[in-house]
Amino acid sequence: MSVARYFDEMSYGPAPEADTEARAWLKRHDATFGHFIEGKFAPPSGGTHLDTIEPATGVNLARIAAGNAADVDAALAAARKAQGPWAKMGGPARARHLYALARAVQRHGRLFAVLESIDVGKPVRETRDLDIPLVARHFYHHAGWAQLQEREFADHVPAGVVGQIIPWNFPLLMLAWKLAPALALGNTVVLKPAEFTSLTALLFAEIATQVGLPAGVLNIVTGDGATGAALVEHPDVDKIAFTGSTEVGRLIREKTAGTGKALTLELGGKSPFIVFDDADLDGAVEGVVDGIWLNQGQVCCAGSRLLLQEGIAEDFLNRLKRRMSRLRVGHPLDKAIDMGAIVAPVQLQRIQSLVQTGLAEGASIYQPDLALPKEGCFFPPTLLSDVQPTATVMQEEIFGPVIVAMTFRTPDEAVALANNTRYGLAASIWSETIGLALDIAPKLQAGVVWVNATNLFDAAVGFGGYRESGFGREGGKEGAYEYLKPKAWANRKPRKVAEQPQLQIAPGGFDTPVLDRTAKLFIGGKQVRPDGNYSRAIVSPSGKLVGEVGEGNRKDIRNAVAAARAAEAWSRATSHNRAQILYYIAENLSARAREFAARISAMTGASSARAKAEVEATIDRLFSYGAWADKFEGRVHAPPLRGVALAMNEPIGVVGVVCPDEAPLLSFISLVAPLIAVGNRVVVVPSELHPLCATDFYQVLETSDAPAGVINIVTGAREDLAKVLADHDDVDALWVFGSKSASALAEKRSIGNLKRTLVDHGLETDWNDPAAAEGPILLRHAVQVKNIWIPYGE
Amino acid sequence: MAELKIAPISRLEPGHNVPARNEACPLDLGWVREVRVNLSAAERRAATLPGRRTVKKDAQAAWLLKAVTCIDLTTLSGDDTAGRVRRLCAKARSPIRRDVLEALGMTDRRITTGAICVYHRFVRTAVEALEGSDVPVAAVSTGFPAGLVPHDVKLKEIEASVRDGAKEIDIVITREHVLTGNWQALYDEMRNFRTACGDAHVKAILATGDLKTLRNVARASLVCMMAGADFIKTSTGKESVNATLLVTLIMLRMIRAYHTRTGFMVGYKPAGGISAAKDVLNYQIMIKEELGRDWLEPDYFRVGASSLLADIERQLEHHVTGRYSAFNRHPVG
Repeated sequence: MSVARYFDEMSYGPAPEADTEARAWLKRHDATFGHFIEGKFAPPSGGTHLDTIEPATGVNLARIAAGNAADVDAALAAARKAQGPWAKMGGPARARHLYALARAVQRHGRLFAVLESIDVGKPVRETRDLDIPLVARHFYHHAGWAQLQEREFADHVPAGVVGQIIPWNFPLLMLAWKLAPALALGNTVVLKPAEFTSLTALLFAEIATQVGLPAGVLNIVTGDGATGAALVEHPDVDKIAFTGSTEVGRLIREKTAGTGKALTLELGGKSPFIVFDDADLDGAVEGVVDGIWLNQGQVCCAGSRLLLQEGIAEDFLNRLKRRMSRLRVGHPLDKAIDMGAIVAPVQLQRIQSLVQTGLAEGASIYQPDLALPKEGCFFPPTLLSDVQPTATVMQEEIFGPVIVAMTFRTPDEAVALANNTRYGLAASIWSETIGLALDIAPKLQAGVVWVNATNLFDAAVGFGGYRESGFGREGGKEGAYEYLKPKAWANRKPRKVAEQPQLQIAPGGFDTPVLDRTAKLFIGGKQVRPDGNYSRAIVSPSGKLVGEVGEGNRKDIRNAVAAARAAEAWSRATSHNRAQILYYIAENLSARAREFAARISAMTGASSARAKAEVEATIDRLFSYGAWADKFEGRVHAPPLRGVALAMNEPIGVVGVVCPDEAPLLSFISLVAPLIAVGNRVVVVPSELHPLCATDFYQVLETSDAPAGVINIVTGAREDLAKVLADHDDVDALWVFGSKSASALAEKRSIGNLKRTLVDHGLETDWNDPAAAEGPILLRHAVQVKNIWIPYGE
Repeated sequence: MAELKIAPISRLEPGHNVPARNEACPLDLGWVREVRVNLSAAERRAATLPGRRTVKKDAQAAWLLKAVTCIDLTTLSGDDTAGRVRRLCAKARSPIRRDVLEALGMTDRRITTGAICVYHRFVRTAVEALEGSDVPVAAVSTGFPAGLVPHDVKLKEIEASVRDGAKEIDIVITREHVLTGNWQALYDEMRNFRTACGDAHVKAILATGDLKTLRNVARASLVCMMAGADFIKTSTGKESVNATLLVTLIMLRMIRAYHTRTGFMVGYKPAGGISAAKDVLNYQIMIKEELGRDWLEPDYFRVGASSLLADIERQLEHHVTGRYSAFNRHPVG
């Protein structure tokens, strides 16, 4: 085209980024790659390779090794061998390695950016301006945590050998999110990149070796889902960290259940993008562009559900459509495009089919009249409006450049619609009224909330989901804990399985008997009879009948969960108020200390001195959590922008608690008190063998102003009730202590709603040791961190 | 003084014939007050756009030539003389070396700058120097740059410049009206200026560096357009902060909002601090993205600059020869 023609048209013309260096790197490897194990490339033991294509053209780009169980085994062996020395070399030495990795990423920034763009199909502008700088930032930030580890995480040791499985949408960035904290804190890694996009990970491994990363610290096994499964199922992995679909996340949860492997999952989302009528509408339109058309919408936290206040909806959609007409879709290496290619034909088909479903279900569609490249996987930016909550496209993650819009009337309705999803990854709020925005942010069920912004990420700020968007955080101090385990739990031993004492029936005498007491269940602040109306005998070690408790069943659990759900006000109560109630419970227990001690002795056969000590320890523990209630605070992160990110410790919601048999009163309170201190409501199954100190506790609760439904107690068979709690989709988290098999079933059956689980795998906790049983060690599991990003300025 | 015709506020249907000139509309305080600007969101857009769009090679040469046609070649110094102004006018007539234009295949396009911009004292000099060239003369007016002379003196200054042959008047607003939220006073002042201009086009200088907040900039932009400004312009070049992409984004959005609601196209003129070819491309890109291609012509886009042209000349020569150029190879203005 001539200068004169451009002068008349004022069009942009092509602006290609050179790919010479990236192609040369591929050529040096004959476009064929092995795994990266113990510091070198190794051919796949099975001899098979997979093709990886260039999405913008559909042409084969390279062949990557297809990993099998033997490859995974070799990689894990290398990681295991390296883990001890890597941990022992100390934080400051590891910090130097992380720092070198950060510098190396910056030095090779353009090569990474171009290779990533070719392999994923995303615009080189994004890899250059977003992905790669954030990769470097993650290594810098975590070099810092390595340096500070011995002081800041003195109570923790590395998790060990970690298996990491990452997705194809941000290949190198997800590598950095996983690798940086793991390596910084003394773990070694076997990483499985996505089969579509393994190349930058292999380049990274090569460069990491060049800058001196020791052999075995980072190992990469490429391949498809089968390779990932081999990694997940391998017995010699201490932790699995996965980012990907909720569907695969469920499988991984199921496979790792009961193995003792730690797990973090960062899964899908259907994140709301809420625009109030007092928002900067043009600013919010740009937010939509950054929210749903970043990386062709293939972003787990994409703002894909547009919720518009009715008064501005039409105006907003008009502005949005105009903006969409200005978007440019083209070759990923063109520096002046907004959207590149969809990663693979299978994803393109999925997007097309979901959009068709949306249309069939009544949505209106807007797609601007844009020129799309003729070859390759491309899909235009798409707006589906007039979409109702019942529509498939409002519920399902599309994972493409498609936003669905609907309206709301009031802030309450916005919150209700925003939370009307199984997911809970991110949310974006647009309003110029500080009171409104900061009122809405805590009400949203999402791990990340952006106020007047979207898709902001930083290594200092935790990222991760609520609900079925997964659990665990990446980034920030909250993310560092995911690659550590408490020292105090490191040497727990399997508990001896307590013998069920045999009831010796003996007739009574002619003295005036003690007045008969019926221990019922405690649900919604009331003592209620068990639904089944069966009782269970509670027998002392010497075979004496100490009492009878109700045999709780699934309907009792259902009722208890409903009561706990209804007690939502507890989660909003002030921390001061919650502290007062914990202190008051301690006060009332103290008044009846002798009675509780006698009960413990009668049930467990403990000496009266020991029983008395347990009651005193329990009172002390309640006091501790009264103290913690208004002190287990969040953090204010300082990401690199003018603004703050508030890391708020929020209650998880309704938590099931299954208690062990040892120290029946102390363990019961040690588990319940941290949960309620931070605002959860609980459904507790007390010790199966010694539940009477829990049923006696009803009266303490009734006199302590604990609101109805905050603590619900259902006595009965541990495993049966644990199963019902694990299966219940309105239970947000489940803590199971006291049994290996109950732990395993809790994890396995938690997949319905991906509830957070904390289990002891049958290892006995010393409840008298505050280091193991009190404070942050449990409080951290009682909350989920929500990061609220608040950029500011006028 | 001819009365200014005031159009009713109406949402014009698409396809409506766009009037050549902003006919103004009544002051709508509700609209002014509902204007909201989020600084962080605006900064993000302004900061990322230059990374999202670029023009290379022939396209870049064409865009730079277009930029030349939009330059208000300016001299506003205390030491200006008639000789200095005539030299500048000669440059305005032929801003690009003929051999460069030939190599670009653009000799038939009569490339001149958009206008010459001077103080009132030199309007007549410039008009004479530019005779037969179609390059209009713009006069800064109304007590430029502070705008604090008596209101009637401002109107007389405008009328005098128009009488001397100025086709464009760059007025300065009274910043106090914006800083105190006195929108009625700003509107009245602007209406008077517009009326005084008659057929000459009026550019309203907001002095955004004095207004400080983007909300102030947005509201002042809107009020000036309601009162009939043909262009809104960032700065006098004398404030401590002059044209920026950030403030440009907000003014362009207000121009778009005004166009959407009234159908009138108002022009945009950044001034001060734009001295590199690369910078002006970013302004053009932002205009194309936020307003559309129609706003890239000199009817709706001007850039107030004195040294920008020299850098564009060097870039164009580089495009033609493949060698980096030097200032002394291009005639000065």
